[in-house]
Amino acid sequence: MAKRAIAAAKEAPKPVWTRRHLLGLEELSSDELLAILDTAESFKEVSTRSIKKVPALQGKVVVLLFFEPSTRTATSFNLAAKRLSADVVSFSISASSVSKGETFNDTAKNIEAMGVDIVVVRHTAPGAALLLSRILEASVVNAGDGSHEHPTQGLLDIFTIREAKGHIAGLKVAIVGDILYSRVARSDIWGLKKLGAEVVVVGPATLIPPDIEKLGVEVSYDLDAVLPDVDVVNILRIQLERQGRSMFPSIREYAELFGINRERLARAKPDILVLHPGPMNRGVEITPEVADGSRSLILRQVTNGLAVRMAVLYLVSGGQPR
Amino acid sequence: MKTTLIRGGRVIDPASGRDEIADVLLEGPRIARVGRVTRKADQVIEAEGLIVAPGLIDMHVHLREPGKQEEETIASGSAAAIAGGFTTVACMPNTEPAVDNQASAEFVFLQAERAALANIYPIGAITQGRGGKVLSEIGQLSRAGAVAFSDDGDCVANSNLMRQALEYAKMFDKPIIDHCEDLNLSLDGVMHEGYYSMTLGLPGIPAASEEVMVARDLTLAEMTAGYLHVAHVSTKGSVALIREAKARGVSVTCEVTAHHFALTDECVTSFDPCYKMNPPLRSAADVQALKEALADGTIDCIVSDHAPHASEEKEVEFSYAPFGVIGMESLLPVVVTALIAPGVLTWPQAIAKMTVNPARVLRLAKGTLSVGADADVTLIDPDASWTIDVTKFRSKSRNCPFAGWKVKGRPTTVLVAGEIKTS
Repeated sequence: MAKRAIAAAKEAPKPVWTRRHLLGLEELSSDELLAILDTAESFKEVSTRSIKKVPALQGKVVVLLFFEPSTRTATSFNLAAKRLSADVVSFSISASSVSKGETFNDTAKNIEAMGVDIVVVRHTAPGAALLLSRILEASVVNAGDGSHEHPTQGLLDIFTIREAKGHIAGLKVAIVGDILYSRVARSDIWGLKKLGAEVVVVGPATLIPPDIEKLGVEVSYDLDAVLPDVDVVNILRIQLERQGRSMFPSIREYAELFGINRERLARAKPDILVLHPGPMNRGVEITPEVADGSRSLILRQVTNGLAVRMAVLYLVSGGQPR
Repeated sequence: MKTTLIRGGRVIDPASGRDEIADVLLEGPRIARVGRVTRKADQVIEAEGLIVAPGLIDMHVHLREPGKQEEETIASGSAAAIAGGFTTVACMPNTEPAVDNQASAEFVFLQAERAALANIYPIGAITQGRGGKVLSEIGQLSRAGAVAFSDDGDCVANSNLMRQALEYAKMFDKPIIDHCEDLNLSLDGVMHEGYYSMTLGLPGIPAASEEVMVARDLTLAEMTAGYLHVAHVSTKGSVALIREAKARGVSVTCEVTAHHFALTDECVTSFDPCYKMNPPLRSAADVQALKEALADGTIDCIVSDHAPHASEEKEVEFSYAPFGVIGMESLLPVVVTALIAPGVLTWPQAIAKMTVNPARVLRLAKGTLSVGADADVTLIDPDASWTIDVTKFRSKSRNCPFAGWKVKGRPTTVLVAGEIKTS
């Protein structure tokens, strides 16, 4: 009997999801990506119930450790954890407290010492989530580390596209704007490429990082040439000043070259999807009539973000894909 | 006078072209004889199976004293030098305050004398307070024993000031060592700009940041007929520029660090701040070019750019960690493992880049085992296999990118002025 059980265990296929952390989409397989998306789909249904709560994380403690200001991501994780019945603690630390002497490691270890199961971390420094995963016993979910990755945003973008189109493979997705500094662009590219989409990045040459073609993406500086060919356009938030460098001459010129407006959209495929990770600069990278128009899935992204984050919290705490 | 006989080792003295099994007799602080020695000595060191080299010279280290003695002192740095096989080091002037006047240069000698281990020579600042505005008293510093001038850590951004430094230092036959970096191009960069900076989302330092300043400095060296030494070259473009300049007779030498030829920017995917230094770890193509430049003689010297940092400062997020890694105690085995074992350099070539070449750059009568020379000798076991354990370092700091490396080659006995300094 025992022998047979051992034999059966040996033959059992390796579970798709074994990770304790979600640090980025770069290291995930397509099966792991699909496991999260499918699990998110089942959690999305919870949000439609009158009692929007399941007991999956009852008794667990989730800490939102935010070293960088964030409203929507923090709120989304907060609500996601609460819908899974976890206890949630928010811990926002301004960059200035770092200069007061306590290191990132000390802060994290102090919080963990209070008995924490999952740490959701947002930080200005790339690699901060990886660093935490090395020093803490708790599970770590990356909620954005500098310009490196923002895996749950990438997942909710992909979830939203899949929900609208039914599939990812074979789609062509344009990511427009500040690719150089965008963690969203990087997570999107890893995830979309693994699931078989084509990706073209579009923006001013000063905001396209070197060697990005090595990720298997196309590079274009001409939005009008790209737009008619793509199924999805993901518009990134733009900032004129980035870390002391002026990346392009003016907002006016940027909007003219890379802003998405009604006229531009009219030349796109009629069923094109418009995404934006927010917060939007209306009138800069996107005009109000596009943001609020029929092709926009921007608010759907926010709704889906909740389901995706529920799935991620559930999976990193040991849950099996649903 | 006390005599020491180093018997039966492989004596490699690139200055004289010697590479043979021989005995070396030291008489007091000088080398008395090299060859077959039959006379009795007060002390005998059996060197069979070992390499007997001139005392190794590391011409680019940071010893932090005065100002940051919790990271390193001249005493702890001297101990680290001896442990790493170095009898002589030249220390950069970016201390607090900077070594920009006669008294501060003399302080370095005073502390080195107190430590009584290795020969420590100060490099003077090119500009007062390393401020990049006004020349230091290069004449008085030279008289006090400064062996070269550098604002290392910073480039001399003002081209006219660089011109003046090259011209002025000529009067004292001293090299100007420049840290070549255009800060307008480096900006907030923390690693090499390339594929990995792109995937990691870390701001990049392009190769051009170094290369434009190397090109400028070579032009100025040619114009002034001054003596330029380029610190820590790290890119393919830099070595190409220097190779070309040497071919047309420009008075220029250069150096490379162990981390720049042994590691690439891919290391940064670990986000470990022990891979953060300036210039940054470059691409595999750059590393290949550096190895070629080492082999063809374009690169004259191998250095550690030993840069100690306190753990509480260094062990933070990669973006916020200071630049710099330590290397005096890992340099020799990394040279053996990454250059000699794979056949990039022969033993005599490698030893030349850590002895006679830096001695020539700094105009020191050292780096050779010829009769009458200073009795600074490093004995090396070329076959010793070991693992670099930073907890055993004599340095006060631990920020070494080679921690845990399995290496070959180890200094066994180090003599300075005829005295054994290894314990």
